Amino acid sequence: MNNMENSAPARVRSLEKVAVRFSGDSGDGMQLAGNIFTNVSAGLGNSVSTFPDYPAEIRAPQGSLGGVSGFQVSVGSHVHTPGDQCDVLVAMNPAALKQGYKFLKQGGVIIIDSDSFKEDGFKKAKFLTDDPIKELGITAQVVEVPVTTLTKAALEGTGMDNKAMLKCRNIFVLGLLCWLFDRPEESARKMLREKFAKKPAVFEANSSVLRAGYDYGHNIHASVSTFRIDTDEIRPGVYTDIKGNEATAWGLIMASEKSGRPLFLGSYPITPATDILHELAKRKDLGVKACQMEDEIAGVCSAIGASFSGSLGVTSTSGPGLALKGEAIGLAVMAELPLVVIDVQRGGPSTGLPTKTEQTDLNQALYGRNGESPLVVVAPTSPTNCFDMAFEASRIAIEHMTPVILLSDAFIGNGSSAWRIPEASDYPEIRVPYVPEDIRDSWKAYTRNPDTLARYWAIPGRDALPHRIGGLEKHVETGAITTDPAHHAKMVEIRREKINRVAADIPLQEVLCDSPQAETLLIGWGGTFGHLYTAAEELNREGIPVALAQFRYINPLPANTAELLSRYKRIIVAELNTGQFADYLQARFPKADIRRINKVEGQPFLVAEIINGVKSHLS
Amino acid sequence: MTPQDFKSDQPVRWCAGCGDHAVLNSLHKAMATLGVPPEMTAVISGIGCSSRLPYYMNTFGFHTIHGRAAAVATGFKVANPAMTVWQISGDGDGLAIGGNHFIHAVRRNVDINMLLLNNKIYGLTKGQYSPTSDRGFISKSSPYGTTEDPFIPAELVFGARGNFFARTIDVELATSQEVMVAAARHKGASVVEILQNCMIFNNGVHNFITDREVRAERTIHLRHGEKMLFGKDNNKGLVRDGFLVRAVEIGKDGWTINDVLVHDAHTPSNFLHQQLAMMDGHDLPLAIGVIRDVEAPAYDEEVARQTEEVRARKGFTALRDMILAGDTWTVS
Repeated sequence: MNNMENSAPARVRSLEKVAVRFSGDSGDGMQLAGNIFTNVSAGLGNSVSTFPDYPAEIRAPQGSLGGVSGFQVSVGSHVHTPGDQCDVLVAMNPAALKQGYKFLKQGGVIIIDSDSFKEDGFKKAKFLTDDPIKELGITAQVVEVPVTTLTKAALEGTGMDNKAMLKCRNIFVLGLLCWLFDRPEESARKMLREKFAKKPAVFEANSSVLRAGYDYGHNIHASVSTFRIDTDEIRPGVYTDIKGNEATAWGLIMASEKSGRPLFLGSYPITPATDILHELAKRKDLGVKACQMEDEIAGVCSAIGASFSGSLGVTSTSGPGLALKGEAIGLAVMAELPLVVIDVQRGGPSTGLPTKTEQTDLNQALYGRNGESPLVVVAPTSPTNCFDMAFEASRIAIEHMTPVILLSDAFIGNGSSAWRIPEASDYPEIRVPYVPEDIRDSWKAYTRNPDTLARYWAIPGRDALPHRIGGLEKHVETGAITTDPAHHAKMVEIRREKINRVAADIPLQEVLCDSPQAETLLIGWGGTFGHLYTAAEELNREGIPVALAQFRYINPLPANTAELLSRYKRIIVAELNTGQFADYLQARFPKADIRRINKVEGQPFLVAEIINGVKSHLS
Repeated sequence: MTPQDFKSDQPVRWCAGCGDHAVLNSLHKAMATLGVPPEMTAVISGIGCSSRLPYYMNTFGFHTIHGRAAAVATGFKVANPAMTVWQISGDGDGLAIGGNHFIHAVRRNVDINMLLLNNKIYGLTKGQYSPTSDRGFISKSSPYGTTEDPFIPAELVFGARGNFFARTIDVELATSQEVMVAAARHKGASVVEILQNCMIFNNGVHNFITDREVRAERTIHLRHGEKMLFGKDNNKGLVRDGFLVRAVEIGKDGWTINDVLVHDAHTPSNFLHQQLAMMDGHDLPLAIGVIRDVEAPAYDEEVARQTEEVRARKGFTALRDMILAGDTWTVS
């Protein structure tokens, strides 16, 4: 596949990894070009990590700063993040340059569509002069490519109108990048063929433009550096590229297969979680029932109804939706039904920053209900880990008869990674707590498994065990409603203890980058893993020993957490909020010396911010 | 099966004389008539006096949260269509906090039987006006009288394009049983409005209609295929009057039995159904019985049908098949 030998140009830079940022109008197809580039790279054995950066507006005015859509991808070996900065910036117009140049590394390359760099574009991007490069103080190498002219030239004689031709500009750039980074043009063409399977004319046009872009690169190669990128030693198997939200949906389906309980999703559209609804709506082909309900509350309530009827009930949302679902989640706590609530976190409070990422819903997930209302909270660490943690959330919900909140976020939900497609046998059977045969006659609605304290699940239509449940407090043994003080106190205790016992059923917290010299433990949770891991590796390379614990199980915490924290002189918790997990840990482990690195900008961490943060705590 | 088979062992805790007792008895009887066993029946309620009802049923029962019963029942029925699902709400629960779920359950036409117990008051919170209380109604939260118009439940059902609407009165046990059975046999969302008395906070709210002295004159029991007759002597009828209906006395002013309309609950147009349902006992008698009962695709059945169809077409047996059918590459 690698044709480096044949086409190696004069200046080849060999890199462990490179980051490319595609920046253009939201209608320029930057996400598509970026996705194909990612998949082609993954196919070469690179590890990949992507970060789509959409504007909140669907179609802001063309050429305006507010309408710039970005897609950053890092490819190579040991890639855990999309990169703080990019090696190559593609700017389709002046606004894209203005929004994108700040992400460029020192010594990076900018590719611009010189046809768009005209007075009209300068005005729309609010440049004061007609030399945006100079005005922004850019010293990097700028490659001016007449992308529009060359795209149109490639499509001459096809009879396409101007607008249709302009839509192919992204694929010209893709062709150019394939050449620049030595990606096989044929792989990109194959993906275009699949993408436009139902529109052969569109495929043909894009295919010509792809070739034109690739050949253009070849013809000008004397003037631009090209890159040779390292690949990872990856485990043999069949791979695909998945986004976090897709992985979440598929993890739920795997849990349904491993438990034998049907999957039901009740949901309501909300950015950035809606792709989970989209994916599960498609999965009628696997027997999934996904219902778009009239509001967030109906989403969770229909899921609870489905759980009562014997399904794995799931609802998907983001922060504002989680707020609306609070009362109903409390009902699932009280009724002790399996329920998975997915919160793909975004910037808040209120409507906040719908397309941007944050970890600010932790407190809401832990405490956002009336009464003593404990439940399980877990958080995936990467796009592919969304699969495993959605599976885990479902397993815990069913085996322990409890609601589980899965705290994903916009960064990993929209980000993608190459993923080795698992076998069903890679995942454990989920043991559904059916009413045991030997206690059927004495069984009551709140009869519990003595080990887990989970009540048994009598399933309508399967078990002829009619019973009543509800949101009112009940008698410990009979389940009949009561306001008796002793019974209430006892039930509060049982519900708490039931959640605590989940700790015995989850893995111990693992530590990465550990060494006997490490006196500092860097702690993160959920979607910041890639950045924290890269930072920890970098710090160790610099001779600063730092260990990393990235938590996926938040409530209950893994059983070894206390011991782990006591092992290090100082703890630094880095998170995308003002310190919610740090507070949570400090309250549980008052003796630990817990320091913080916080960021609440609607953006993921930069690796450099974590490195600098750790250093400042050590000095 | 007997009504006894559907009774739970829990003591019934409604106030003595509450209309809910009669509704519960009617439901037990209707279920016995239907013959669906208790273990294949689910009763799901919201919050309020009437929402206590599931505790008194020997079926699967779920006493949920305020206003949300229709949404919970929707998920239950879609996920487990083999079950017969009843959903119990009061006027506050179903039409105020749960108004959105109510109209959407009706629009979606999910096959659940929705009993709406309408006493025009919040009883469990001790006497506030509800969305069905008449304008000017005095209550603890409207000491000088309300300054808003009420919903008429039937009008909401028709506005939401409902296919089944029936009405009964708590004390009319036979009628209640009749309409409950019809509601259960109807495929799709069936709304039964039950005019119910609250002894404590709104005693006599429906007396204008329900008083024994006047009930025959102020109500009409509609039955599909039968003449629309009413009155103590069954000598009054409904006839066409332009686009509207009017009440006439047979044998007076030249009206004969041949002029009296025959009730057609199954006609798809809801034009006449709506007029009949809006009659309030003043100029025209309030209609009880099944007013509209029209066949239409039920949501839960359609979901199941589409799922089976797509499944058969794609032929995947497991998640991995589906993923492998997409874009993949092999690393060896």
